[in-house]
Amino acid sequence: MSATKPPVAGPVHAVGMRQPLIDGIDKVTGRARYTADLPAREALVGAQLTSPHAHAEILRIDTSRARAMPGVRAVITGEDCDVPFGILPIARNEYPLARGKVFYWGEAVAAVAAEDEQTARAALDAIEVEYRTLPFYTNAAEARMPGAVLLHNDKPGNIEREVSSEFGDVDAGFAAADLVREQSFHYEELAHAQMEPDCALATWDPETGRLTLQSVSQVPYYVHLTLAECLKMDPAQIRVIKPFVGGGFGHRTETLPFEITAALLARAAGGTVKLQLTRAQTFTIHRARPETDIRIKLGMKRNGEITAVDAEVVQRGGASAGYGIITILYSGALLHALYRLPAARYHGFRVYTNTPPCGPMRGHGGVDIRHAFDTMLDIVGEELGLDPFAVRRANLIEPPYRTINDLQVNSYGLPECLDWVEKASGWRERKGRMPRGRGLGIGCSHFISGAAKPVHWTGEPHATVNLRLDFDGSITLLTGAADIGQGSSTLLAQIAAEVLGLPLLRLRVIAGDSALTPKDNGSYSSRVSLMVGNAARAAAEELRTLLLAAAARKLEARPEQVECLGESYRLTGTDKVVNYGDVVRAALETTGPITTRGTYTVPRELQGGKFRGAGVGPSPAYSYAAQVVEVAVDEDTGAIRVEKVWVAHDCGCAINPLSVEGQVQGAVWIAVGQALGEATEFRNGRPVRSNLLDYRVPTIAESPPIEVKIVEAHDPSGPFGAKEASEGAVGGFGPAIGSAVAEAIGIRVPGLPLSPDRVLEALHARRREERLKATLKERS
Amino acid sequence: MKRLISFWLNGRAREDAIADNVLLLDHLRESLGLTGTKRGCDGGECGACTVLIDGEPRLACLTLASTCEGRRIETIESLASQGRLSRLQQAFHEKLGVQCGYCTPGMIMAAEALLRRNPHPTEAQIRTALSGNLCRCTGYVKIVESVQAAASAP
Repeated sequence: MSATKPPVAGPVHAVGMRQPLIDGIDKVTGRARYTADLPAREALVGAQLTSPHAHAEILRIDTSRARAMPGVRAVITGEDCDVPFGILPIARNEYPLARGKVFYWGEAVAAVAAEDEQTARAALDAIEVEYRTLPFYTNAAEARMPGAVLLHNDKPGNIEREVSSEFGDVDAGFAAADLVREQSFHYEELAHAQMEPDCALATWDPETGRLTLQSVSQVPYYVHLTLAECLKMDPAQIRVIKPFVGGGFGHRTETLPFEITAALLARAAGGTVKLQLTRAQTFTIHRARPETDIRIKLGMKRNGEITAVDAEVVQRGGASAGYGIITILYSGALLHALYRLPAARYHGFRVYTNTPPCGPMRGHGGVDIRHAFDTMLDIVGEELGLDPFAVRRANLIEPPYRTINDLQVNSYGLPECLDWVEKASGWRERKGRMPRGRGLGIGCSHFISGAAKPVHWTGEPHATVNLRLDFDGSITLLTGAADIGQGSSTLLAQIAAEVLGLPLLRLRVIAGDSALTPKDNGSYSSRVSLMVGNAARAAAEELRTLLLAAAARKLEARPEQVECLGESYRLTGTDKVVNYGDVVRAALETTGPITTRGTYTVPRELQGGKFRGAGVGPSPAYSYAAQVVEVAVDEDTGAIRVEKVWVAHDCGCAINPLSVEGQVQGAVWIAVGQALGEATEFRNGRPVRSNLLDYRVPTIAESPPIEVKIVEAHDPSGPFGAKEASEGAVGGFGPAIGSAVAEAIGIRVPGLPLSPDRVLEALHARRREERLKATLKERS
Repeated sequence: MKRLISFWLNGRAREDAIADNVLLLDHLRESLGLTGTKRGCDGGECGACTVLIDGEPRLACLTLASTCEGRRIETIESLASQGRLSRLQQAFHEKLGVQCGYCTPGMIMAAEALLRRNPHPTEAQIRTALSGNLCRCTGYVKIVESVQAAASAP
């Protein structure tokens, strides 16, 4: 080694870098293949016959004419699968194709596989189904009426689940309050409306009895399990692959009926079947946020401290269990851990109705209850003469903090979030001085960074990542975590690259192929950054240990004397180095190609309490967000324009600040849609907004600028301190816009959306009231 | 009935036998394997299938392929030249105008039509030009920034 040698480069850093997506180029060039894009020239065309009734008995299905048609290769009905499925082992009451009864308009009743689309459609037309209609219920109140026909015989009153809990002394809390107020709120049902319609490609190999399914899933592992159960197969004979996925937002968390149907069709036809759903059918698969009614009572001291809360939540769950029990539990659990809360009573009802099954949607279970809660903070605070920021600051948590329902908060960036949005929005100078028709509002929210108790509890670690190193020096990160556009594969690569000090280009990520990647609980409940991130970090640390040992052998030193510089390894304190390629060869010398494994398990103390329902809510870490919204309201049309949103989100550590900004903007914006007008609608039991024109997603023209501040309250549980960044900011927008509208026009609309018709109705009601008051005054 | 239709696709002349009832979207995706153009809806709702026909943004899901006689059709696959990303593609990638990527090809084609017509659009003009293209991931903030970055790229 000569003294003139250039200095050795240090390790490259990946964490904290604004990193474009590692699969971004595939997406901007159109090369990325989503399920519908997969080459499948040989595939048969799958199609489904759906119910024209919202509730009916199936008296008879005759498929003989369809089966006899040339070009038809398979026809299946509910007879072909008698195993119910559902995300929760304790609540499975859905079949891929209806058996005996249909529970909602559009439910699949039969399916065909044919040589072309025309033949498939003709075959559907040739299937005869005789129904006897039953009374149907498209709202929770009707379904709960005495004498209502039961959807599922084991659930009296059509109540899927009633939950109640009380923590602290609620009555004493209200007695100690200086002011107690109670209000009711109504929230319309939403749809995920992810841009990619549902699609599955199933291949059955009759020679081996093996099944391969490629689908749009957020959790390919659940799909794998469900296929094995519903098709009564050995799971070892199934392979599930996740291609590029065009958005999830919760729609694709549980196994969806069409995924099972595609597999059943492929087996029946003995080949490959592509089952591409229409946009309307994708709406009917649904699984999104339920129509919800909330009654909430809040007690507050004169200084703004909350003394107690009592909330009742009723959710119109739709026709089958799905995630229902989890959602209704989340609405109760997420009352907690945002503010200090000394006493809380919760009563929740999840109701079966003749509408498509609801499920998790971004901000799962927490969004509508957060709207109600934060709105009450403003209402009660205003009556006590308190500024909305003062009310929130009077109730801040100091970590470490254990909530009364046993959630553990170890990091809490909400104070800094509040400070930033207050300053950035000019709140102190502007609030209360806005011109007529303009207003400012504030809302706060939080979310879990993965559920401490996974739905399928097996005792295994919560996440596993493999890193594979081979002769060429490339590293392949293998994960079951599904990148659905949120950038999880990029984040995991960044974490591994950081640990190894290597440039990102050294790494490839393979995600979501059961033949290659370790089982993973999937992309839901914002678990990937923290849980899979920790596993990636552990796998990379293990690999670094092996490389350090190999480098030590080359340098004739002990491993602890060697430092990892990424592309080289150095004997500490000297200029003796060995380059990465040589270290890799040395590492492989005795063992051959290396695969390391990293896992993450949630420590017991972060897994929550022991009461019934305690499994929902606990998480290793909670993200926090605050946002100020500025609106302009047109009093003639009722139209609201969101002028600007300032949002601060505490994600612990921004592993990829570019992605965190994008996720936070997306989270706020999805709430903009709910606030401005998104709603499903049923008439005579039939959905009437199953398209992207009537289900009114905001366009770029009416979408506001969203300025993001990243706050980093490092959490001891997170990889590099990281917490989630995708869901925490959803819940605060609703209450913030509600308060902004209240300042603009002096009216609080009790619920969401604040569509023009509702705003106008509220304005008209106020004018009527004012006229009446004026008349009465004249007369007196 | 099928007839022979001559058109330019991504700069190359073609002559395809196309049935009268075939949508341009299906012809591109199913017959020609150009799956960059996406189907996001049941017809004219979302903009994911936006392509350029004679330089104008058009929905391939509302266009019969047989009406494209003599037309110049451009899809997302044509934008990268000799493997180098176009400035819009580069900007959408670097500025994270892309998350799930499903709306991206249509969004980029609509933006391409805008920048050809108006190389330095205002933010309002960008928002108007892209108002037929839905995105469910980004909240559009970084899409606007991506188009602005592309417009100011050297």
